[in-house]
Amino acid sequence: MPIISIRDLVVQYDGHCILEGLNLDIEHGETMVLLGGSGSGKSTLLRQILALERPKSGTILVKGIDITRCSAAELKSVRRSIGVAFQSAALFNSLSVEDNVALPLREHTRLAPSIIELVVWMKLAVVGLADFGKFHPQELSGGMKKRAAVARALALEPEILVLDEPSAGLDPIVSAELDELILLLKEVFQMTVIVVTHEMPSAFRIADRIAMLYNGRFTSIGSKGEIKASQNPRVRQFLDRIPEDMTKTSAVAAYFGKYLQTQEASE
Amino acid sequence: MATVLEDVGRGTIAHLDYVGSLNIQLWATLRAMGSALPLVGNRYRWQAAVRQMLQIGVDALPMVALMAICTGFILAMQGASELRRFGAIHYVIDLVAVGFTRELGPLLTAIAVSGRSGSSFAAEIGTMKVTEELDSLRVMALEPVEFLLAPKYLAALISVPCLSIISNVCGILAGGLFMFFSTRLDPLLYFRYVLDSIVLRDVITGLIKSVAFATIIAHVGCLEGFRVRGGPDSVGRSTTSAVVKSTFLVIVADAVFTAIFYFTVKS
Repeated sequence: MPIISIRDLVVQYDGHCILEGLNLDIEHGETMVLLGGSGSGKSTLLRQILALERPKSGTILVKGIDITRCSAAELKSVRRSIGVAFQSAALFNSLSVEDNVALPLREHTRLAPSIIELVVWMKLAVVGLADFGKFHPQELSGGMKKRAAVARALALEPEILVLDEPSAGLDPIVSAELDELILLLKEVFQMTVIVVTHEMPSAFRIADRIAMLYNGRFTSIGSKGEIKASQNPRVRQFLDRIPEDMTKTSAVAAYFGKYLQTQEASE
Repeated sequence: MATVLEDVGRGTIAHLDYVGSLNIQLWATLRAMGSALPLVGNRYRWQAAVRQMLQIGVDALPMVALMAICTGFILAMQGASELRRFGAIHYVIDLVAVGFTRELGPLLTAIAVSGRSGSSFAAEIGTMKVTEELDSLRVMALEPVEFLLAPKYLAALISVPCLSIISNVCGILAGGLFMFFSTRLDPLLYFRYVLDSIVLRDVITGLIKSVAFATIIAHVGCLEGFRVRGGPDSVGRSTTSAVVKSTFLVIVADAVFTAIFYFTVKS
């Protein structure tokens, strides 16, 4: 049985359809990369999977529980098995890195303080930040913040790890380090990993399967090889970095002509 | 004409929506309040509440005390300049004592606290919203209402009435100083007059008011924070509007409570 299964998911904001009937199964222990350009709806899909927003229709089953309709208690139990690292890291700025990682442990477990300290140190060591526990988030670099966010996401040993744009705003070396970290985590902890990204090299490095979003629909879902070999024009456009029409000189000239016409008409 | 009606309708709905959200938030907070109580609740919430009490109460103490002393002098001087003409200067004691316990103590405190703490609630929660910290709380199965609001509300409920009492004492002290310097009234005699002029009911109505003011300040501040949409500029706007709205609502509530107490004492 898939650990996450999305059926006919429709999301609308103010009458605009953002996601139009998505279907996706994510199997236990696989790394699924949600790939898509800006405005493709990948962040919206992520917010749905995390139950931060309610869909217009459709279901999302996480470990067999429909998170779009379940009770608050059920949602709480589902959320305890999901670890999330947000795009902006979203560390609590008022707390030190240590306390950020310790927070879910203190809140959701009855571990003794000394054990929590040890667990926190271990999680920070996994992401390579063992020496930075006493620092505050604002004292860390972008890559370190992301890694600290991953450490916090790992705190409760989640079955599902969700990473929103892990490499956004990072230089290629740091983002490659993060990719290796994700692969390591998956190997060590056997987690199901969901990564939202628009970076192709990173996607092909870490993914077991890739789901490609365009304008609120999946254009294709498949293994790395299948995506690479895909002949779907949208997938090709994304892989081959082909710009949209609006940036072609003829299209710009057409816009310009239209603008001049409206100016003349108003005079 | 139609647009005027539309505007009025839209404005009305917006205001009703605001009042409705305030009510929903209030009930949700009251339900979550148990977790913030000492001994029976979650000790981290109680610790947060104590920190908030220090910020709302102790840090505001010098400012509130100074405001009360100045206002006490003002009230006594303005009262004395009129009452002296009727040879009724001893009524200044009643004016200051009753005026402060029933009205000015709680009101001055509320205005000071709404400027200091109402705005900081809005800024804190608004920033957390912008930086995705609220979302990351939610996905960690920590409800922001319980995690952030309950401790703040509990702290406000305890520290605002305490500040009000201190403000009453300072105002009355200032009245005593004025009477001592202007008429050489013995301070001990002054306090005997003060105790004669106020009754328990005055103190209790003042405290009921300050509890209501604390509710308004905490909830308007937090709601403005939660309503932040978009970027940092909207945090600034919501901070301003938290102060403006809570000061306005405090004065409206004051009028309502004063009217209720005025008419109930007659019957």
